[in-house]
Amino acid sequence: MDNESTYSGYSYKSSHSRTSRKNRERRDRHRLKNRDGSLRADKSVMIQAPGEPLLDPESTLVDDRDDNWGETTTVVTGTSVDSISNEDLTRVSKDLEDSLPLDCRRYISPALGAILGLVSVITPLAFLAIPQLLWRDTLDPCGTPCEGLYISLAFKLLILLISTWALFLRPPRATLPRFFVFRCLLLALVFLFVASYWLFYGVRVLEPRETDYRGIVGYAASLVDALLFIQYLALVLLEVRHLRPAFCLKVVRTADGVSRFYNVGHLSIQRAGVWVLDQYYSDFPVYNAALLNLPKSILTRKMSSFKVYNLEDENPNNSTGQSRAMIAAAARRRDNTHTEYYYEEAEVERRVRKRRARLVVAVEEAFTHIKRHQDEETPASSPKHPREVMDPREAAQAIFAPMARAMQKYLRATRQQSYHTMESIINHLQFCITHNMTPKAFLERYLSPGPTLQYLDNNRGRQWTLVSEEPVTASLRQGQVFSLKRLDFALVIKVMPLPFLRLAEEFIDPKSHKFVMKLQSETSV
Amino acid sequence: LPAQDQPAGKPVTAVVQKIEIQKLRQGDNLILGFSIGGGIDQDPGQNPFSEDKSDKGIYVTRITPGGPAEVADLRVGDKIMQVNGWDMTVVTHDQARKKLTKKKEEVVRLLITRKSLEEAVKHSKGCHPRQ
Repeated sequence: MDNESTYSGYSYKSSHSRTSRKNRERRDRHRLKNRDGSLRADKSVMIQAPGEPLLDPESTLVDDRDDNWGETTTVVTGTSVDSISNEDLTRVSKDLEDSLPLDCRRYISPALGAILGLVSVITPLAFLAIPQLLWRDTLDPCGTPCEGLYISLAFKLLILLISTWALFLRPPRATLPRFFVFRCLLLALVFLFVASYWLFYGVRVLEPRETDYRGIVGYAASLVDALLFIQYLALVLLEVRHLRPAFCLKVVRTADGVSRFYNVGHLSIQRAGVWVLDQYYSDFPVYNAALLNLPKSILTRKMSSFKVYNLEDENPNNSTGQSRAMIAAAARRRDNTHTEYYYEEAEVERRVRKRRARLVVAVEEAFTHIKRHQDEETPASSPKHPREVMDPREAAQAIFAPMARAMQKYLRATRQQSYHTMESIINHLQFCITHNMTPKAFLERYLSPGPTLQYLDNNRGRQWTLVSEEPVTASLRQGQVFSLKRLDFALVIKVMPLPFLRLAEEFIDPKSHKFVMKLQSETSV
Repeated sequence: LPAQDQPAGKPVTAVVQKIEIQKLRQGDNLILGFSIGGGIDQDPGQNPFSEDKSDKGIYVTRITPGGPAEVADLRVGDKIMQVNGWDMTVVTHDQARKKLTKKKEEVVRLLITRKSLEEAVKHSKGCHPRQ
């Protein structure tokens, strides 16, 4: 449960009974030893958005994700601490992940959180109800003060329920590799509170059959107060603390160098990773692997450097001399490629602009072929030439034909043809026609590469790997670098602190704005 | 104030000297080799060369060494009264510049006045009765 924490999920979550907490503590000790000991290499753990298959053969993962299953927990911690290694843990965790289907994991934590929440809400009502049910006759009568407490209890419970619903009942959008420290702290706190209240209740009220009902009602009210305060704490720790900006993150995509700067507050590395990914999907233009830096004609020429024939046997001394000669020759040859690159680039740009002009003209002309049908049109126009009334889909298909070729050529020139199928273009055309968009609005989608979110289908989750040299629950510090890896590129994130600002004041009297002419013109003739 | 709203200039009497400057051709331009300051649209209080700080006339502020103006014995601080017959005592700065930099004229004839001229005349007047 601790590891399997979800981002922006519930604050009330139950882990387990006390026995598995013992296991958890044993595992914590074990993990601390591991950290100091053999695992000096980069720890790479997975941030996993739900829905995606877990096993990514290229990413290595070190994970202690094993405490939902009590038996296997003891097996892992039972082995001697010194001998466990990276690979063993990887194997163990992979086995465990295989065992439970993925969908369950996504919903376990919210479910447990809901259970704990329900228990904590029912508890005060149970405190009130049990004496009434069991020993009603011996209870002291309690008039107005109790009724006042009933009312306040009812309203506080209502507020608790509403705020829990508003703040915490959201489907989680990401799963984090390590447990979310604050959330677990709060869950433990809630659990502790409720358990200790029940304990006290059981010992002091149930057993001696306490007769002071007003005291019991006051006790239940104090529990609700405590729950409200815990919720306030949860609000501050989970939602508010990281709102005030404290660091600036520079996010650079390794594939093509697109970079952005973001301001964040005090977060742990894993939470910062999820936050950056949220921004990534809507800020970064989509990564187009087809756009290389150098055009193909130059690349192929670079690769075919002159051949060196080795007339004698392979000799280590000789090969270094040869490679040095080849490098020197290549360096000399490189002098010409920059001019070729320059002309090639100008040529490509000219071609793209020509095709873009053709596309714009074709689309504008196509849009003039249809217009919205007004229902109030006079019947005088219809008898001779009855105009066929079409729905948006048919209208889109009708005007797609004249612009199809220009569109295809343009997409091919900008290497976007893999992102836009004919179906998607017609859908977009239908959308634009329905909403009375101009041709320019229709083309906006194709003329500039949009954010990655535009090209995603929401059915599958996204798999990212968080690579970091420090434990991912550590909070952000100046100079940290971590990266989020995907299969073909990565995002490298560097943390810089925001500067401390000294704001001074200066008062300007509005009457002090006065001007004089200068003998400024000294013109030389 | 714009040029058309300036108050009318008061009548001026001064001892003037004629200076003729041949323009020097530098590439596409004809230059005279000095800088002017002043004008009715400028602030007369900033003029370091004028005696009367409400004088809005055109003054010579700089002379390029070795240029045509230096050759023709124009000096820093001279007040230009006329250029080729055009009056320079009640003109804007830009009008003065235009009168001096006409492309078709190769020679400018200036009437300038300076303090030392006045003093020389007074001195000679003063000396005269003795002689």
